[in-house]
Amino acid sequence: MNPFQFERSSSSSEAILRMGKNSRAKFIGGGTNLIDLMKEGVESSDFLLDVNHVGMNEVLELPGGRIRIGASVTNSDAAYSGLVEERFPLLRDAILAGASPQLRNMATCGGNLLQRTRCYYFYDLATACNKRENGSGCDAIAGNNRIHALFGASDACIAVHPSDMCVALATLNAEIHVLGPNGPRVIRIADFHRLPGNDPTRDNTLSRDELIIAIELPPSPLNHHYHYAKVRDRSSYAFALISAAVGMNLEAGKIQSASIAMGGVAHKPWRDSRAEKLLIGKRPEIRVFRDFSEAFFKSARGLGHNNFKIELGKRTLVRALEEASLK
Amino acid sequence: MQKNKIEASGGRGSNQTFKSVPVTIQVNGRKFTCDVEPWTTLLDLLREKFELTGTKKGCDHGQCGACTVLIDGKRVNSCLTLAVMKDGAEVTTIEGLEREGILHPIQKAFIDQDAFQCGYCTPGQICSAVGLLSEGHAKTDDEIREEMSGNLCRCGAYPNILAAVKQVLQEKKVSP
Repeated sequence: MNPFQFERSSSSSEAILRMGKNSRAKFIGGGTNLIDLMKEGVESSDFLLDVNHVGMNEVLELPGGRIRIGASVTNSDAAYSGLVEERFPLLRDAILAGASPQLRNMATCGGNLLQRTRCYYFYDLATACNKRENGSGCDAIAGNNRIHALFGASDACIAVHPSDMCVALATLNAEIHVLGPNGPRVIRIADFHRLPGNDPTRDNTLSRDELIIAIELPPSPLNHHYHYAKVRDRSSYAFALISAAVGMNLEAGKIQSASIAMGGVAHKPWRDSRAEKLLIGKRPEIRVFRDFSEAFFKSARGLGHNNFKIELGKRTLVRALEEASLK
Repeated sequence: MQKNKIEASGGRGSNQTFKSVPVTIQVNGRKFTCDVEPWTTLLDLLREKFELTGTKKGCDHGQCGACTVLIDGKRVNSCLTLAVMKDGAEVTTIEGLEREGILHPIQKAFIDQDAFQCGYCTPGQICSAVGLLSEGHAKTDDEIREEMSGNLCRCGAYPNILAAVKQVLQEKKVSP
């Protein structure tokens, strides 16, 4: 790791002021991703500002059935909080599918949103990577692209977002509350992460001097029939090759509403609201789920090594929908 | 990790100096106060400065769990923890688990069940198992395997590690 200065911030507004004064400064939460990347030399900073002690460490109930998860709540504390377990069990399952118990005890929910890709070329300084250094090229495109994107990739980057938590947040239409020099703003989860386009260095739409304060979840009708499916190379403690966060509302044997996001397939959790409409008013049957998954993957494009993820993705979707409907 | 002098000069041609920061950390009931370079991990502090070498450095990237310790009772990877961020914390390492010559039940169970071969991952496995027991989420074999998945064992002692954790869960059931 390169040497750096360290300070513990005592308030979010002070943290934002400090960040504005040093263009090489970074916020640090749990540090599980940042420290790792700094050891690898992928990330560097000369000033780390600890934002774990600025009063963002609670899961709260808000009026109207909403809940608010403070940005520095750890992944474990969020997953096992009574409010999340009871009202958003899909989010609990997704969080617990990620990382290891030790890492979940350290990693924060704000930091989870900001996780960088696990593309091996991003981590390997000897290779070209536009996400590390824009303009250097992408060795993944013609290289080993087994874990890479099926949707929304560009000529500059084919990386995927690695989070499990964020896939469930996408299904649940979470809102990301941030604070910046110009005050607070709210970013819908769908608009938080971005596609790589011609600037893969930017994973999301947050400015560098904006701080994530909290994740808010609106009340959801999807919490009885839900399922998080994750397919990975080993049975635990690995990033998703494919994941699916599914929630549906069933009444009188028919699907009233459905929300489906997939992980491991794009630079952001991937949803297809047009395909989702195909489910409305239908009976929860395998045939319906198969039609849906065909529609969802219609625009998927394999890169060679990852072609298997298209069929794997379709089957994972059908399985997740089936599990959700039977719950 | 690269060793830096306390006043190492900053990157990108700056002449900025990086100051050590005073921290107080309670380790195994004993209070340690010292100045640490902000880029020092808790793992390096424990091993290099406090000479508590029971905690092991395996991958140094949070992938193997050999560096697992308990901070304020919760299991974490000390290799991904900056020591400066744990000012005021209570740390328990493998050296702090026995009480007056009596092994922690999970230490005894590891011996009873022959739950290690080379032993390198064992301090991390044991600290992780202590965390698992206090969290109380794992009951079945599959749940124990899942909840111990952050600790790799290259000798493959997994069946015996599972048996050791089960032994303590059984004992707890008998005498809560």
